[in-house]
Amino acid sequence: MLTMIGKRLMFAIPSLIGVVIVTFLLTRALPGDPAAYFAGPAATKEAVEQIRKKLGFDKPLIEQFFRYANDLAHGDFGNSLTTGQPVATEIRNRLPASAELTLLGLFVSVAIAIPLGVLAATRPGSWIDHLCRITTTAGVSLPVFFTGLVLVYVFYFRLGWSPAPLGRLDVFYSAPPTVTGFYLIDTLIARDLEAFRSALSQLILPATTLAIFSLAPIARMTRASMLAVLASEFVRTARASGLSPATVIVTYAFRNAMLPVITTLSMVFSFLLGANVLVEKVFAWPGIGSYAVEALISSDFAPVQGFVLTMAVMYVLLNLVIDILYGVIDPRVRLEG
Amino acid sequence: MKRRDFLKSVSGLAAGAALPAMPSVISSAKADARSETLLIVSEGGPNNLDIHGIGTNVPGYEVSWNCYDRLISHEMKSGPGGVPYYDRDKFKGELADDMKIDDMSVTFKLKKNAKFHDGAPVTAKDVKWSLDRAVSVGGFPTFQMSAGSLTKAEQFVVVDDHTVRVDFLKKDKLTIPDLAVIVPCIVNSELVKKNASENDPWGLEFTKQQTAGSGAYKVTKWTAGTEVIMERNEDWVGGPLPKIKRVIWRMVPQAGNRRALLERGDADISYELPFKDFQEMKANGKLNVVSLPFSNGIQYIGMNVTKPPFDNVKVRQAIAYALPYQKIMDAVLFGLGNPMFGAKDKATEVAWPQPHKYNTDMEKAKALLAEAGYANGFETTISFDLNFAGVNEPLCVLVQESLAQLGIKTTINKVPGANWRTELNKKEMPLFTNVFSGWLDYPEYFFYWCYHGNNSVFNTMSYKSAAMDKFIDGARTAAATGDKATYDADVKGFVDLAFADVPRIPLYQPFVNVAMQKNISGYQYWFHRRLDYRAMAKG
Repeated sequence: MLTMIGKRLMFAIPSLIGVVIVTFLLTRALPGDPAAYFAGPAATKEAVEQIRKKLGFDKPLIEQFFRYANDLAHGDFGNSLTTGQPVATEIRNRLPASAELTLLGLFVSVAIAIPLGVLAATRPGSWIDHLCRITTTAGVSLPVFFTGLVLVYVFYFRLGWSPAPLGRLDVFYSAPPTVTGFYLIDTLIARDLEAFRSALSQLILPATTLAIFSLAPIARMTRASMLAVLASEFVRTARASGLSPATVIVTYAFRNAMLPVITTLSMVFSFLLGANVLVEKVFAWPGIGSYAVEALISSDFAPVQGFVLTMAVMYVLLNLVIDILYGVIDPRVRLEG
Repeated sequence: MKRRDFLKSVSGLAAGAALPAMPSVISSAKADARSETLLIVSEGGPNNLDIHGIGTNVPGYEVSWNCYDRLISHEMKSGPGGVPYYDRDKFKGELADDMKIDDMSVTFKLKKNAKFHDGAPVTAKDVKWSLDRAVSVGGFPTFQMSAGSLTKAEQFVVVDDHTVRVDFLKKDKLTIPDLAVIVPCIVNSELVKKNASENDPWGLEFTKQQTAGSGAYKVTKWTAGTEVIMERNEDWVGGPLPKIKRVIWRMVPQAGNRRALLERGDADISYELPFKDFQEMKANGKLNVVSLPFSNGIQYIGMNVTKPPFDNVKVRQAIAYALPYQKIMDAVLFGLGNPMFGAKDKATEVAWPQPHKYNTDMEKAKALLAEAGYANGFETTISFDLNFAGVNEPLCVLVQESLAQLGIKTTINKVPGANWRTELNKKEMPLFTNVFSGWLDYPEYFFYWCYHGNNSVFNTMSYKSAAMDKFIDGARTAAATGDKATYDADVKGFVDLAFADVPRIPLYQPFVNVAMQKNISGYQYWFHRRLDYRAMAKG
């Protein structure tokens, strides 16, 4: 198993090198001149040149690349010009914020979508099947920022139930000491129940927004996959043998229907992590997506490269975890290189 | 003391137990914290806490303004609508107690009790080092200093521990005002030198992350792109102690949410909202909305005069008659701007900005275009900066529609913000809209940047005219020597010429809009258009 994991990781290296080269070239191909941008509104040509020199953009491309690769090898992602901070620190600080939000959103989504999908599959054509169809269609057809804004409008602006959409904590609370970077866990470690409540209440709306959006693929996939399994011979045999419907559905059918659901789940997760930019914007969430987009808008190379690279590493790891999960769920699946 | 520590001690005393604080204590402590805290929400935050840094953005200027002192600052006067407005002609000491202007130098006596945030006294050495730094680091700060003829370190002389002299290179009316802008801030030289390195002799890396000044506030926490927290400096001597103890500045990218936060009463103050929101908030009266014109600022349509068809003055005048001025005021700005057109029967004044003589008149435009030999129109491209798409996009669509009536086919070219400066520098765009506003509020300053033949970045039209240069240079010399008659004649001269030649067509003077809770007072308009927390109060 361990050698298999090692082998898989080895295979990931060439793709990571490819990602490094492509992002480097892509960012350089962007229109816009960072030196002119950062020289400010009143800069002369000389001032722009001075800044270009300070940033090292006057060097030939190949030299810039080797410098960048060398820095990367030393764990240095470079400095962001827009925020003025080292990219590695920024990503380290921001990734947990995005991950906490995405995981919670996914958790809520799974908690609703899987039972809904299973119920819809066991009673096709019933009201619950229609409910499943309506929720998923609505969820997938509403753009994330729209759902987010509507939720803010209703629950914050109109009803006042939800706290102000001002990021991860109420303005007057201080962040817990960082252990995991997940506020829900860190506040509990620090035994600060007040801050825990604040962090949780800040999370509810954005997580719900993400959940509504990701309901559809998970619920539909669960339903389709359950339908296929329920129609298969071993389920008929199990039923004929007089097993209780609950045992048939949960133990036999559901476990076998899990594989495609897990695949969808991994896709949804990686998709959400990158695509929750809009949710982060709406809720002023200090996450990684909004960071990357802002950097892109101001042709700030280093964070964009850092973001793409981090995402690439995450995808590799995620795929590995999914493959291992396959093996756990279905012993027939072998982890191969 | 932090709120949390305070709560712990209070609950500890009250209950004698380690239980979390009682709800009543929480709410009263929270209310106290709130009443002395100013919560600002805005779209963007600083990227550097030091205005001398490389590429410090505009929000960074706000931090510098409030956390550092300058030798001198401006007095306030009553501006439009009774809002305090900086008085460009009156100065007061900030770190300086006394300012003595001689023929070719100015001498400042420093306040003896002034201290930096770390307790070190502010001395003449620090002043010299800071001004040396501003003229030496290059980029924007050095450029801004040079606008007031401050270019060499030798100009700054330490007379004694508390006296500094600034020598003039030449007589320039802008030298003193230039010492009151954000750039010549006084930095704690000993502290920064300790943290400087060989590659970074001015310690820019250090001051990027923390404030090392003597100003009324100091940054206690900065999370780039998320929030800035500033605490009051209890020992500030630059002016009366500010009423606001703590400033929390949060970045909220969504304009709709900023408005919701304001209307729910959760945020105290915000700017950078769409004009429509400001107009609606103004109408419903729940918040205070302050709208003030940009000093020395104009949004305009520029034309590249080096290439046909805009090298022909008749074509430029035709365009000036064809622009839908009033529609732009109504549909794009919702009235939040000063019109800069249609002053047909008014004599030219010695002032800037002032309205030009054109009005929307399609017949005249058609006639002029026919005279120029373009009776059937032509094809061109109008470009704008996407960073300000909220205004620029509808504006360009209206212009496009209007020009179509003359047979001029216009394609709209949206330029990403990062690329805009580069495009301006190339000076190849035939037709474009842009804003220019000068920190120093003098007509000749504006014209020097925008119309002079030395072709600065802001002469976006590549306009060159010997007559224009003569007026501008004449006005600058006259201002330095105090020759009012020549000055007035020259200013009227360049304004008239700019309107007759119309390389750029002024549209309106934009407004800076700030919305705040009714209990917030003390907002002041500054040339940099950012907030000055020092005068603000809550409750």
